[in-house]
Amino acid sequence: MPLSAADWSAISLSLQLATATTGILLLLGTPLAWWLARTGSWLKGPVAAIVALPLVLPPTVIGFYLLIAMSPSGPVGHLTEALGLGTLPFTFRGLVVGSVCYSMPFVVQPLQNAFTVIGQRPLEMAATLRANTWDQFLHVVLPMAAPGFVSASVLGFAHTLGEFGVVLMIGGNIPSQTRVVSVQIYDHVEALDYAEAHWLAGSMILFSFLILLLLYLTSGKSAADSLQLRS
Amino acid sequence: MNSPYDQKQLIEANFSVKLSAPFDSKEVPTFELVIDERLAVHGITAIFGPSGCGKTTLLRAIAGLQPIHSGVLKVKGVVWHDQVRSLPTHQRPIGFVFQEASLFEHLTVAGNLEFASKRALESFRPKQVQEITEFLEIDQLLSKKPARLSGGERQRVAIARALLVRPQLLLMDEPLAALDQTRKREILPFLKRLRSESDVPIIYVTHALDEVTHLADDLLIMEKGRVEARGSVDEVLTRLDVPRMLGEEAGAIVEGKVTKRDTQWHLLRVDFSGGHLWLRDSGEALGQSARIRILARDVSLSIADEQASSILNRLPATVIAMADDIDQAMLLVRLAVGNTVLLARISRRSASQLELNQNQPLWIQIKSVAILH
Repeated sequence: MPLSAADWSAISLSLQLATATTGILLLLGTPLAWWLARTGSWLKGPVAAIVALPLVLPPTVIGFYLLIAMSPSGPVGHLTEALGLGTLPFTFRGLVVGSVCYSMPFVVQPLQNAFTVIGQRPLEMAATLRANTWDQFLHVVLPMAAPGFVSASVLGFAHTLGEFGVVLMIGGNIPSQTRVVSVQIYDHVEALDYAEAHWLAGSMILFSFLILLLLYLTSGKSAADSLQLRS
Repeated sequence: MNSPYDQKQLIEANFSVKLSAPFDSKEVPTFELVIDERLAVHGITAIFGPSGCGKTTLLRAIAGLQPIHSGVLKVKGVVWHDQVRSLPTHQRPIGFVFQEASLFEHLTVAGNLEFASKRALESFRPKQVQEITEFLEIDQLLSKKPARLSGGERQRVAIARALLVRPQLLLMDEPLAALDQTRKREILPFLKRLRSESDVPIIYVTHALDEVTHLADDLLIMEKGRVEARGSVDEVLTRLDVPRMLGEEAGAIVEGKVTKRDTQWHLLRVDFSGGHLWLRDSGEALGQSARIRILARDVSLSIADEQASSILNRLPATVIAMADDIDQAMLLVRLAVGNTVLLARISRRSASQLELNQNQPLWIQIKSVAILH
């Protein structure tokens, strides 16, 4: 078997991290994206810019400030200690928090686009058909934005799998806790185990390719649907 | 045509709506709608006016889709909006048909209809649902996705869906405006049947006068956010101040009944309260009610009955009043033919030559008349 037990542990950790991060981001990102898509508030610009920051900042910058915030003397650290959760740096939970921040735009932006495209009219229509706000969201917005949710999930998941800088800054390199695939590959290369690095890195390329392919196949279909609508 | 005063059928609207440009922090309204009307709605009440007159805003305010700035809206004695509370749209017993059919694209036709019937005030029996889909001739389309329907089919599904919530008031916002002429002719008969067969009052917003003349029982004319005229459609359209807004389209509507068929000359006789008219036979059955539009520009006047004329329809009439037309060369004359009021648009010179006066008896000649289908 070309992949060692340590490799498998890293893969499992990466998948857990990506799943947890994507799940949390869908829960947080949906209302945030909904607000961004609808609001006329002056806060829209600043909030959208903050959400987009991870797209342009080096991961080390985000990791650095998260590390400081989550340290025992930082504001987040105070909070987590007061709640009896201990401190977050160098734990799996800490990695999840970091990943949520880092992958935020990859989930929020596709959702925001999907919500914007729906527009006001289907909601007004639903309201005149006696659907209240929650009913409108569940039975009109969610199904209509389904392709957006697929894109958001796939991008959020794939991007979390691929992160390295934030992980290294706030997670370190603890086997079975914070040593995810990208860090494991780095270790292999540092130890000049190029063959093992190849296996892991190659698998990562293949896996990422497959889920992106899935994304483009599904979004390609919805694009074709919307073309038919216009004709 | 007016039904007796009926509290249950009444819309009391006394409110204002202010629209301002989006993101305009100065809050200077770019448009203000002020309305103070008590409408006894029955059949179809058309709200007519040029684009930007506020007719759609008024309809959306009644539906609760457009916030009311201040004032009161009561329907059938129930407060829908006042200072204290505003009933959200989903709690108002309305149906709404938008200009573009706005079907839910992710659902089939049946799914769209079910969306409505599931949330209806009282649910219909399956047989009634079937009657509605058959009435609108969409029973063959139930399994299709909206994207596969024609514009006319989509609008028929939208109408069925609005009926299935069991509205007490059906609001239609230019339902034909997005359709081409062929599709319009396809939908009009359904709307006419809806008027005669359903007891749900309809408020129908349009900028097309031919839809008003075909469909409306009552008419409310709006301009620049204000109501300019209202009343039964035949009365409003023959008012001398209103036709000026309509220009070339000014004219009366006459309700009558087909009483005789002349097979030799292919003509139909339609009796109305002021006499009778002969029309080209367009296949109507005897006894059928007929709505006829007589344009002011098609009515000419003479002092004596010109027997030697190619004009088929000549009727005795009396001048009620005269008024200036928008065209300086022309004059509008309001005429009584029995109990029916007609309009004539004649040149000032002719009026002077005929020495027209109020209450003067004369003969009118009607160049063309047709039944509105």
